[in-house]
Amino acid sequence: MKHLFRTLILVATLAAAASFSADAKKKTDLVEQYPGLAPYFSTPTEEVMRPDDRGFIRRWILLEPIGKPNRGNTVFVDSYVRQNLDTGWNKGDFQVPADGDKVTMEVEYQKPVELTAGRPRSFEPAPIEMKKVKLAWHALDSKLFNVKIFRFATATETGRYGIICRAVTVIDVPEDMENVRLAVGSNSASMWWVDGEEALILSGDRRMVMDDGVSKRLTLKKGRHVITGAVINGPGMSDFCVRLVDEKGNPVMNYNILNK
Amino acid sequence: MKTSMKLFALAAFALISVSAFAQEGEPWIHDPSNIMECDGKYYTFGTGGGGLISEDGWNWYGGAVRPGGGAAPDALKIGDRYLIAYSATGGGLGGGHAGRVLTMWNKTLDPNSPDFAYTEAIEVAHSELDEDCDAIDAGLFLDPTTGRLWCTYGTYFGFIRVVELDPKTGAKVGDAKDPNIAIDCEATTMIYRNGWYYLLGTHGTCCDGVNSTYNIVVGRSRSVTGPFLDNMGRDMVAGGGKMVIGCADRQFGAGHFGLYNEDEGVQKFSFHWEADLDRSGRSVLAIRPLVWVNDWPVAGEPFEAGTYEVSSVRRGYALELAVDFIRQNIARAGGWGRSAEPQPIVVHPNQTLEEVEGGWPTGEIPARIGDWMNRPHQRWTFTVVPEAGGYVGGQYYKIQIEGTDRTLTATDDLDVTVLPEYTGADAQLWRIEQATDGNYRIMPKSTPGYVLASVADSTPSLLKWDAESDNCKWIFRKK
Repeated sequence: MKHLFRTLILVATLAAAASFSADAKKKTDLVEQYPGLAPYFSTPTEEVMRPDDRGFIRRWILLEPIGKPNRGNTVFVDSYVRQNLDTGWNKGDFQVPADGDKVTMEVEYQKPVELTAGRPRSFEPAPIEMKKVKLAWHALDSKLFNVKIFRFATATETGRYGIICRAVTVIDVPEDMENVRLAVGSNSASMWWVDGEEALILSGDRRMVMDDGVSKRLTLKKGRHVITGAVINGPGMSDFCVRLVDEKGNPVMNYNILNK
Repeated sequence: MKTSMKLFALAAFALISVSAFAQEGEPWIHDPSNIMECDGKYYTFGTGGGGLISEDGWNWYGGAVRPGGGAAPDALKIGDRYLIAYSATGGGLGGGHAGRVLTMWNKTLDPNSPDFAYTEAIEVAHSELDEDCDAIDAGLFLDPTTGRLWCTYGTYFGFIRVVELDPKTGAKVGDAKDPNIAIDCEATTMIYRNGWYYLLGTHGTCCDGVNSTYNIVVGRSRSVTGPFLDNMGRDMVAGGGKMVIGCADRQFGAGHFGLYNEDEGVQKFSFHWEADLDRSGRSVLAIRPLVWVNDWPVAGEPFEAGTYEVSSVRRGYALELAVDFIRQNIARAGGWGRSAEPQPIVVHPNQTLEEVEGGWPTGEIPARIGDWMNRPHQRWTFTVVPEAGGYVGGQYYKIQIEGTDRTLTATDDLDVTVLPEYTGADAQLWRIEQATDGNYRIMPKSTPGYVLASVADSTPSLLKWDAESDNCKWIFRKK
């Protein structure tokens, strides 16, 4: 079953890759459109990316944030996180998205707090409405070890507080790796999967802490593996950092990072 | 009757709980600043303006005056003046994050003093609306090695930064960009010890009452500007931090560390509990001993009333009444019990007070230090004396042989003895403070600065407190 899943992923990945290269016009180049993103992200090049000097994965495909208004992060208990992040979006016939791919969905929407001289005009929350939106995937390289969802969300103007952000990356492992763990820190709660299998959940009102939680020991066979994640946040600066670590907690460095 | 008894018992339990663990009075505060001493009184300022005043460091009431409102202020005495830092932002949750850190001076913290007047506040740091920092939650730090003044600031919204201030004016020094030293902390501050600079900040959920997960964490660096690494080598810019304190049994959400230097080798820290179950779930001032383990700060435990073995750090012998050692008459098994035949196991009781008390002199008995044998003349009961007031972080105790009125008493000639009755005199009131090495000092109210000490392995007396000497320190083991 796992083999079948991996095959499907591989086929899907290849299909998505073909789509990506065949339709370069779909590329959005978000950094060019929003110069405010430049300190945090760059547009990916065709060059192979490796983990950074501490092993963090900086190449990601991010879906424009899904509205999920929450005025605080204390609601992110395990069941809430599972219900809202583990929706099957990265399972079944999931394909690694290409930059510019769009997803249509119905999301919760709450009018942002209006500010006067930097202060909220009212602390009374606006009503939550359902809204049909078309959200785009963006391929980005993070200039920092931590991927600043807050800045990404600000640039895409999809609402920077009260959101869910989905992230996808692909790693190409040159040889079988045993006993590695996926290590994650996120602000706030998040869930992470490797090849569609749940790797870990970070529930609660979390601040981004490197190696806050890790998966069980994983065996990564030679070849490509898809890492997916979803982060939910109310107020505050949402971000995440992800790397692979070995049995001693040291970073794993010998693999390539792809976005297709 | 039963109901009223139950209510009485409940109230008594609550009183004991409160007395043992929390400041008395009306210690309602959030984000308490460093505790400042001014003309014999203690002051701390909190979020929203104002603050608390205490006559003795234990009983706290409102009344401190700080203008400017805003969040998480701090205070520091420099020379003969007090520097206050405070800050305000755009509204936090979902609002703007254009913050400003301001400083101002006052000659006194006593609002009734004719000298009480704040200088005009000046801005020392700010953040723009959309910056990776919210310039609030100021923490002041005077570097004891250089005399340079620093202020940390920032909150859960992005980076924590540090700015150098002029210790004469409280203004920012130069126009360099303030470096990032941590991320996503609240109420940071810095302290120094043994060549290390420690950055303390608060993580977790604020302002959610008994569900607040607020907790104080620490990283350390050889430099004021970092990097501040935790015990795992993680930089606080990457979220690192070793927890100092999180919650107690009935108090939740520790936030806003403030160092209080009590004496050489005795440090305490102030903070708030987001919620105290014994006080309607309100946010309250708290003070704990600060203990150092392998050059890391650790929260000491509040001293609890109860019966203890009191052993000297010098030798390990226990404080006791100088009375005859009464043997327990339990027959020794031949061959130390190595009989080949199965023997029934017999559980023997400990020696009781009733078995030995009759042989003790009725009057004064000297104190002594001897082999700990868990005998009645060695078991000391520590009882809080609420009417005696307190000191920063603690209350006074009477120390008596368990089940008796025989009370440890300091003498006028700097010695100790055990009197047959408790009179309430200062010589019978003792403050118990945990030292930075985790051991305790026991100081009579009658002679501040002098502590119960081992002047020989077997001889207790009073000596001037010496943080470096094991003669002055004791270990408690609760019975």
